[in-house]
Amino acid sequence: MSSRMTREDLLRRGAVGVGALSVPGLLAACGGSSPKSAGSSDKVNKVMNFANWPYYIDTPTTLKAAGIHKPTTLKQFTEKTGIKVNYYEEVNDNPGYFAKVEGRLSKGQGIDRDIIVSTDNDRFLGEYISNKWAQKLDKSMIPNIKNLIPAQQHPPFDPDRDYSLPWASGMDGIGWNDKVTDPVTSVKQLFEDPKLKGRVGVWNSMGDTLGLIMLENGDDPAKVTDASFNRAIARLQKAVNSGQIRKFYGNDYAPVLAKGDLAATMAWSGDIANLADPHVHWLVPTQGGIIWTDNMIIPLGGSVPTASTYMNFMYGPMISAQWALGANYISSVKDVKQAAVKLDPKAASNDLTFPTDKTLSQMHQNDPKMLTNPDYNKKWLAVQGQ
Amino acid sequence: MLWLAIFFLVPMGFLGYQSLQSGLFPHFQFTWAFSNFSSALSGYHTQLIRSFVYAGIATVACLVLAYPLVYWIAFRAGPWRNLFLLIIVAPFFVTYLVRTLAWLNILADEGPVVRILRDIHVLGPDGRLLATTFSVVAGITYNFFPFMALPLYVSLEQIDARLLEAAKDLYSSPTQAFLRVTLPLSAPGIVAGTLLTFIPAAGDFINAALLGTPNQAMIGNVIQAKFLESLDYPTAASLSFILMGTILIALLVYARIVGPEKLTG
Repeated sequence: MSSRMTREDLLRRGAVGVGALSVPGLLAACGGSSPKSAGSSDKVNKVMNFANWPYYIDTPTTLKAAGIHKPTTLKQFTEKTGIKVNYYEEVNDNPGYFAKVEGRLSKGQGIDRDIIVSTDNDRFLGEYISNKWAQKLDKSMIPNIKNLIPAQQHPPFDPDRDYSLPWASGMDGIGWNDKVTDPVTSVKQLFEDPKLKGRVGVWNSMGDTLGLIMLENGDDPAKVTDASFNRAIARLQKAVNSGQIRKFYGNDYAPVLAKGDLAATMAWSGDIANLADPHVHWLVPTQGGIIWTDNMIIPLGGSVPTASTYMNFMYGPMISAQWALGANYISSVKDVKQAAVKLDPKAASNDLTFPTDKTLSQMHQNDPKMLTNPDYNKKWLAVQGQ
Repeated sequence: MLWLAIFFLVPMGFLGYQSLQSGLFPHFQFTWAFSNFSSALSGYHTQLIRSFVYAGIATVACLVLAYPLVYWIAFRAGPWRNLFLLIIVAPFFVTYLVRTLAWLNILADEGPVVRILRDIHVLGPDGRLLATTFSVVAGITYNFFPFMALPLYVSLEQIDARLLEAAKDLYSSPTQAFLRVTLPLSAPGIVAGTLLTFIPAAGDFINAALLGTPNQAMIGNVIQAKFLESLDYPTAASLSFILMGTILIALLVYARIVGPEKLTG
């Protein structure tokens, strides 16, 4: 295990994750302290509450590892604007987080968060926006929105980017621990190599896991048919039945992989870089990977001016470059690579964070219709024993 | 009665209402969907049966482990009784979750326990303890141990030692004295202990979630996941009712066997 994670961290993370599961109303109850009613505030607050996934921002440790001697982007933001950020690493998976906040949002109440992050290859980002549980961005306060790359300007869930802005993109691939296994380069090996039995992880999010399996099957994850869906499910079911799969993970597989209980697992590109464990590696499977984007939205009750101020800050190329080098995920800001090279000359060759066209050509996207199909969702849960 | 109405009947009513809804989250509609129950049962009977098997094994294991220990404390430990009881209870000052997470580290594939067991060839070179049925059942046994030990202690401790002396005076062997005096007199403790262990163990999900794989998923895991991950509230609610119903039936059968007066102590 690297110095980045102590045993105490591990226990705390596990405890927070599972504790949240066992206390369903916890978050809703905490939200009750928020005095703001939906969308009422029009001035910038002194404090911003930000809910994000773990391993998703530059920290003093990751910046040090990247050789950048600057305060974290959060700290720079506070210095520049006087807004203190409470940064909560409380999103472990999209459906779980949605379930926690849905109760209050559906009643038009705030959840005591100004920004939350949700992924485009799950159906919940669309739910937040179409149910009007997300507030409109104040674009007059986000002049840096001009830096948004063209590929991200018109996503299907938010065609004019009125409600959301990308936080980060990342790639689905395979992570493995060289203390316990040789390189694992394909989903086929992950699912069928008897040496890995019981030591393989997959995600509990449908798009990611089935996407990689479909690529292995030679099917197109961007155009899913009943036949290709069933093929992918059958292949996964076989691996579950044979005892190959240890567990369906949210964002909590990384420490388990580092410990060696998992030999190999489906893994997100930046998580493995963030572990900074010399024994843990990541690669794009031979048959290709999946790319996705997490998006920031302002939930009901959040302060639009405060959140917009922050979004504008994060869309400055230098800040975004520092974040990308520290978080090891892909920025949606134009010219971020040129900015990053100024911070770290090695950045130009960092293919995970600043992927080349060649790497991007190996990447595929999920079919949004697959994600919202109730029948598919049922089958996806059944394979998890749910 | 008011207490019961507010904190039991009203929530049960909501749960019942939810179990008859249909639709995809968050757009549920109340449709008298009794099919939720049949589809839940046909989809998840494996996990339901597994839960009862695991809970049953764990309850028996608790009984077998706790009885001699508590017997010894009650009759032989003398002035040290309270200290030993404290030792049994002490780990339970730490929360359930952290205790189970601790086992996750103790039994880790690359941890000391597994390494020793591999060295002495109890486990094969690729053998493991975590993510097996053994670790899940052992976790349940460990976590519910005091619920068995404490009621047993209470009933054993109340036995009048003079009765055992009388048995001896009347030429009964120690085995006979145990079978005909001690065991029947401790029966209320056994009944209370098995119930206190079995009922929560059957609905447990933490042990299977942390120490098992999808192949060890119990009904509690399914309900938990239905509520919080897959957001299928109707199925989750129907499964909760099925679990409650099955436990109730098991309880009635048990009462029938041991005699209803034993249940109330």
